[in-house]
Amino acid sequence: MQRQNFDNKAYKEYVHNIMPRTNHLKTLIMAFVVGGIICIIGQIIHDVIRALFPYLERDAVNSYVTLIMIFLGSFLTAIGVYDDIGKFAGAGSIVPITGFANSVTSPAIEYKSEGVIYGIESKMFVVAGPIIVTGIVCSVIVGIIYLIIGG
Amino acid sequence: MEGIISTILKYLAVFATGGALCLIGQLLINYTKLTPARILVLFLVLGVILQAVGVYQAVVDFGNAGATIPIIGFGYSLAKGAMEGAKIGFLEAISGGFKAVTIGIDSAIFFAYIFSLIFRSRTKKC
Repeated sequence: MQRQNFDNKAYKEYVHNIMPRTNHLKTLIMAFVVGGIICIIGQIIHDVIRALFPYLERDAVNSYVTLIMIFLGSFLTAIGVYDDIGKFAGAGSIVPITGFANSVTSPAIEYKSEGVIYGIESKMFVVAGPIIVTGIVCSVIVGIIYLIIGG
Repeated sequence: MEGIISTILKYLAVFATGGALCLIGQLLINYTKLTPARILVLFLVLGVILQAVGVYQAVVDFGNAGATIPIIGFGYSLAKGAMEGAKIGFLEAISGGFKAVTIGIDSAIFFAYIFSLIFRSRTKKC
């Protein structure tokens, strides 16, 4: 009987009251700090590589930085540390390139039990797939536009 | 001494730029119903557009890794590669963007594959 009294509005209020409240300011600060720190780690790797191999071209240095950052993101995801960072860092752990590595590695490990082809190899593109597709479509459009206007 | 100060300033710029981009991402998570995957795609497209209209290079010059490490820098590399390819020819204009980011995608796929064979999901253990 009590169920009928529990109309939509009351239910929404009920849910709203027991839902854990996000502390907006705290999440924003954490995202800023963690995101900033990850970028600083990238910059340190960049500067160290440049100091060790001064003959490397700028693009090559950046490629090494990407490679190492992806490795770190992937490895920390595999040992379960990245998810712990993500719990308090929010977008601070999603937006950097390490978050991209996380989005590939995490489902690959998660769906390992479904086999290599249908588990690991197809599920690793759950988030990365849209990113790669969007990226390629956009870059081809940009390339063609620049070809036409003779950039 | 001057070298130290300029290094500190550079790292502050890296921290501020990277932090600000992540802050924007967190604002989108908190105040819109966008999922993380949509936010990543949005950032990527934004990076492509900003570079295509010639704005993002200035952000990269200021923030260095702070501008290239976030996923928006991925879009920047894509557009930059496509624009440089367009100067060479038709095929390079099509393939230039992907060529510029292939190191990131290749390494992400490779490491994810290796680690998924070695490690187990933590949630499945208990």
